[in-house]
Parts: sequence; C-alpha cells; structure tokens
Amino acid sequence: MVSIGFDRRTPPKWSGRLCALVVAAGLVAACAPPGAVSSPAGSQGAAATPAGSPSGTATAAGPSCGTDPVELNAYFETGFDLPFKLSEEFTKQFPNVTWKISQDQFTNLMSATPRLLAGDNPPDLIRLPSMVSLVKDNLLKNLDEYVTAFGWDKFPAAQLAQNRVATDGTRGSGSLYAAGLNYSLTGVFYNKQLAQQIGMTTPPATVEEFEGLLAKAKTAKLQPIMIWNATASGGGLAFPLQNLMAAYGPTQPINDWIFQKPGATIDTPTNLTAAQHLQQWIEAGYFPKDVNAIEYTDAQSRFGKGEGVFMFNGDWQNAGYDKDMSSNAGFFVFPPGQAGGSLAAMSAPLTYGIAAKAKNADCAAFFLNWVATNDKAREIDVAVGGSNPGGPPDLPVPQATAPITNETLAAGAEVAKDNGAMDFIANATGSIFAQGWTPELQKMVGDKQDAAGLLKAVQAEYEKELAQ
Amino acid sequence: MTQARAAAAGRREARRIPWLQGIRRQTVVGWLFVLPALLFYAAFVLQPLALTVQYSLYRWDGFGPATWVGLANYASVLREPKLLETLFNAFRLVLFFSLIPVGLGLVTASVIHRVATGRLGAISRTVLFLPQVIPLVAAGIIWGRLLSLSGLINQGLAAIGLGDVARAWLGDFDTALPAVGIIGIWVLLGFCTVLLLTGMTKIDEALFESARIDGAGWSQEFRAITVPNLRHEIGVCITVTVIAALAAFDIVYVATGGGPGNATAVPGIQIYILAFLERQVGLASALAVVLVVLVLLVILPIQRLSREDVR
Repeated sequence: MVSIGFDRRTPPKWSGRLCALVVAAGLVAACAPPGAVSSPAGSQGAAATPAGSPSGTATAAGPSCGTDPVELNAYFETGFDLPFKLSEEFTKQFPNVTWKISQDQFTNLMSATPRLLAGDNPPDLIRLPSMVSLVKDNLLKNLDEYVTAFGWDKFPAAQLAQNRVATDGTRGSGSLYAAGLNYSLTGVFYNKQLAQQIGMTTPPATVEEFEGLLAKAKTAKLQPIMIWNATASGGGLAFPLQNLMAAYGPTQPINDWIFQKPGATIDTPTNLTAAQHLQQWIEAGYFPKDVNAIEYTDAQSRFGKGEGVFMFNGDWQNAGYDKDMSSNAGFFVFPPGQAGGSLAAMSAPLTYGIAAKAKNADCAAFFLNWVATNDKAREIDVAVGGSNPGGPPDLPVPQATAPITNETLAAGAEVAKDNGAMDFIANATGSIFAQGWTPELQKMVGDKQDAAGLLKAVQAEYEKELAQ
Repeated sequence: MTQARAAAAGRREARRIPWLQGIRRQTVVGWLFVLPALLFYAAFVLQPLALTVQYSLYRWDGFGPATWVGLANYASVLREPKLLETLFNAFRLVLFFSLIPVGLGLVTASVIHRVATGRLGAISRTVLFLPQVIPLVAAGIIWGRLLSLSGLINQGLAAIGLGDVARAWLGDFDTALPAVGIIGIWVLLGFCTVLLLTGMTKIDEALFESARIDGAGWSQEFRAITVPNLRHEIGVCITVTVIAALAAFDIVYVATGGGPGNATAVPGIQIYILAFLERQVGLASALAVVLVVLVLLVILPIQRLSREDVR
C-alpha cells in the first residue's frame, strides 16, 4: 500500500554498467537506487503499525504517561525558550517523566527532520518545519485517535486545520498530524512616541488611513516602516504584502493556495491590487533604502532603537520589544480595505509532531494536551512564548506581564471573531519563500519587477515545485 | 657447484610469497605507504563523487524511495534559466576571484621583491597573507558589516564628500556581485602574492643584475624576466583561484545568501538550496556534476599551458 504512490521503474541496463564502473573503482557504493536501503524499514515499519494504535502505555482513562519512568526523546528549536520551560514544568508535575532534549537551528531541523524521524531513535516530540512531505513518507504519527481521546475536537476548528493533511496531500483538512504549543499572531507594531509625533491617536481603521500615516511619517523625515528583506532572513516584505492581500480580498483563496488545493492561484485581481499597493509603498520610499541588506535581527534592533514608526511582525517578538522599548511599543491588526471590514492576520501554530515510530507516543500526546489545557502550562505559554495558548474555547487566556503581549492577545481575539486567521504565503511549499517570494520581492525593491510580474513569477515557481 | 648454486637459488625462490611473484618488492612497499591515504581518498573523495553521479540520475527527496530518471536532471539544469544564471554568475566571479588577485599579486610580489626585502618584506607578506588564516565565514560577516549602509566604507565615502554614492553595497542589484568579488580579492590576493614571491626568489639573481646593468627599468624587468619565469606559479595561482570562484559558497552564503534577487546566486548556493531546502537531491547532484565538469574544462587547459611553458 505504502509504495503505491512511488514510481520505481527498473533502471535501464547501462546503469548496471555504470555501477560496475563504480564498484571497479574500489568504492563501497552500493548500486541500489539511493534511499532504497533505508526506506523499507521506514515505510513498512509505519505501515505495519496501523497509524494510531496505542503503543502500550495507555490506561483505561486514556493515553497518558503512566507511572513508570519515561524518557521523552525531544528535538527543540534553538533560541526559543518556550518548549524548554514547558518541559521543566511538566516534569515537576509528572516526576516519572524525564527528557532527553536535543536542539538545533530551525534551518538545520528542516534538512534533518526526515532522517531523524526515520532513524533508529525516532523523536517522541519534534518541532516541525513543514509536514506534507513527511506525511507522504509515513514518518509522522496520525493523531486522530488523540483528537477523540482528549476531546481536541472541541477546540476551535481553525486551530487544528493548519495541521491537518488530507490523503491527496493538501493541508487544511483530513487527519491531524501535529499540534501547536501556541498560536502566534502577526500585525503591525508601532513606536508609540513616533506615532504620536505624526498624529496617530487611534490605530488606522482602513488601509487608506494607514497609507496616510505612512505619508505623514515620510514628510516628517521619519522612517515610515522598518522591516527586513535580506536573503539570509527571507523577504520580510511578504508580511505587508499578505496583509494587503487579505485587506483587498477574501482569506479563503489565500489559504487554499497555501494548503495546495488543486487549481489554487496567487495571481488573482485582488492580490494584484495588493501587490500594486506594496509597489507604491516601495516607490514612495516607505521602506528603508537598504532593506534588501537588512536581516531580521538588524531590523528588530533598529526598530528597538527608534528607527521606524511601524514594523510588520509577529507576537513571537513581544519579549524583545518589551525589553527594548518597554511601554513604548504598540500593536494593531492590519486594517481592512473598507471601514468596518473583517479583520485578517497571519497566524500559525508553533507546530510539534510525533514520529510514526516514536516509543512514547501516548506520553508525547499527553504532553501536547497538557500544554493546551493545564493552567500553569498556559501561563508559561503566554509569559515566555508571548502567544495565545489555544486549547478549549472556555478556558481563559492568562494575563501577561508585558503590556504588548496583552495587546496582541486582545487583537488575536478580534481576529478569531472575524475568523480571519491565515497561514503564511511563505509556507505554501518547502522553498517558495527562498526561491519565489524573497528574490521576487527583492527585485521589486530594486525596480526590476512589478506587481503583476511578481505574482506571475511566484505562481510559476509554485506550479513548478508542485509538479516535482 | 652449479647444483649447489641452483639449490640455493631455489631456496630463495621458495621463501618468496607466491602471490608476490613478479611484483617488485619496492612496488609493494610503495603501495603500502600510499594505502592509508588512498583509503581515505576513496572513502571521502572518490565515493562521494561516484555517489553524486549516481544520485544525479534519480529523482530523490534524500530519504524516500528514488525514481530512475536518466539524464532528465541534466536537461533541467541546462533548460532552467535560474540554474544557468548561477553558472554565469560563477564566471563573472572569476574576474574578481582569479584575474584581479593574480594580476595584482604579480605586481605586488614584484614590488616587494625589488623594494621591500628583509623585515619590511616579511611584514607585508604577513599582512597580505593574514586573510588566508581568518575563517571565510568570519570574513564574510565582517565584510557584511563594513559594506552595510551605516558601515565603515560608507562612512569613509561620506567623509571625503562622496556621501551620495553610499548604499548597501551587498543589497544593491548593481553592486552586490562586485562587492562579493572584493571580499574574494581581499582573501585571495595574499595567497597569490606569497606564492608568486616564493617563485621569484627562485629566479637566478644574475638575470636581474644583468638586466639592471643593461639599464632595464622595473616594467621591462617585470615583462622580460619575472613573468616568463613564473609561468608555473601563475598557473597554480590561476588554477586555485578559478576553482575558488566557480565553486564559491561560504563567502557568498554569508555575505548575501545569493541575493538580492538572484544577483549573486552561484552554483554552490543553488546546490545547497536544491538539496537541503527543496529536497531535490537528484537535480542538486546533476548541477554539482555539471559544475565539476565545467571546472575541469577550465582548469585542464590552464594546467597544460603552464606545464608546456616550463622547459
């Protein structure tokens, strides 16, 4: 069953000759097709265990960590405290559970994840960069049984949608393959002092009002927007672009495109309007002159030092802004195109999954449920992560000490009311950001690409990648 | 007597290990000495090379089952403008990584050789060679800062009244590749200078003396004696620096990551993106093989030229 999707034609004769040559050269190279060595163990192993069968630690009360000593094998992302703090607290509450935590940079995790999941010591819990290809290769545990066991089906549907993968490989519906430790929100941060200087008393209600503020900032010789767009960090201009897309059009087609629904396109009339606005912003000089050379961390430190009235970013940076600017940082959700229109924002779960062959899958799932429902865990989620902990709708969101976090949490509730959550256009495929958005947005900054060309180029790259 | 001699010879024959018959002892010992290095070379150079060629014939995500596609990956490399562009960028880098360092290195070495002997020469050699000792990643980061909008280079320009020229050198479409090239010059100039200077010390001093007695100036001396006698060293310099240009990765990756747009995208970076971000190990391998072939096509004629000229 598993290998049905893969076409393994027999290599023609001359490949055998090539192999003979390779062997003759005194090399150890096995001449089987690459990947064939490890894949039977990986895919058959996953196939033999029907996805979702409890792995033994389950008790009558449902999946848990039991009472025997358990060591959870976890892979976390370097530079983010949240999962470490959560694991400490978990052990405090469940002393039989200890942790073997490995950590790596996100980009390294991206390339290493399939190997880790398929290896001899598969992680019980791992930060996932993207999931569709991992699901296709049967490397991730199907979490559907836990959805019913823990009552995750009572969570708001939008919370789980981004982690669902259908049998045809599209995201957004189907079985659940990961859970979020929390749910981030993006929007516009602003420097309160500078905003006051240009006469902003309340957050803008429409895009037009926002553009008026940008113009005022420019006239006042302030840097209207601080943002990053260097290759190393990826094109930050994708943030305002997607905000503009959601201001001038519905969010559903954008999400369809991100979730790879058949026939989805980013090259739509409303998206063209959005891209044209972005181009006008560039031409008006609202972005820093050297934006193509600004990396993410540079942009944050420059904004923190007072360069830039506005900054497009997500609530994961709350702690940084709180430290750099304390109460001088404000936040609003990007305004709609028309006054009173519905709010929309990019919002994504901090995704963690369980290996298909994980030894302690039940305990890992129990941990994920604990993060969403335990009071102490939710407090840590807000205080350390700065984002909404998600979970059941009837649980209160804990108060944060940083004022900016309370602003983003309140804004998140508004977005949820309008059902305006979107995933990131940068996450549509594994490399649409590196190969599509970033270079094309940089070209737009360098006056080598226009709004229509940008959307066409990215759509072409998208179709090319999906055809692979 | 003859019988005894024959018997002794027979005994000597018998002492030989049969499979070594016909192989000279020296040869065996020679191979034994080479063996450890050869094993490492096979395991870490030849095998990866062969595997890369093998992978390039498959469509493979680096993990799951692979599909045999024959030469389709090579067709993609030659058809896709984005991939071809990286090869063109690599050749543009040759100007900065190879021609300028070798040319400038020749002049510098000749000046040091003529003017700055002794202590001054030693100091200038060390200073020029220093970039070779600094890890390229560190160099890339430092140059990134120097070339940024608020960096030292723009500050210097502003100080001499050229503030209008100031820009983010690595973020500008027109200047990003030359800016990366300048980092390359900085790294490779010292290497070329020291190598050429060493070559110059081997040239018979009498040649220079007689030229000077004949009233030859520095430029005549340079053209008639220095350059012709250094052909072999120049060949080595060009070989090493051309490879550094065509196979560039670290400096470019740290300084620009291939951007802005694809202005500084070189094959090394594209191979990395294809293999590790796009998980197209087959296509990445095909591009790598094409790169190896290109490097060989450029290097082999240079090698031959520099060899032939050395009598």
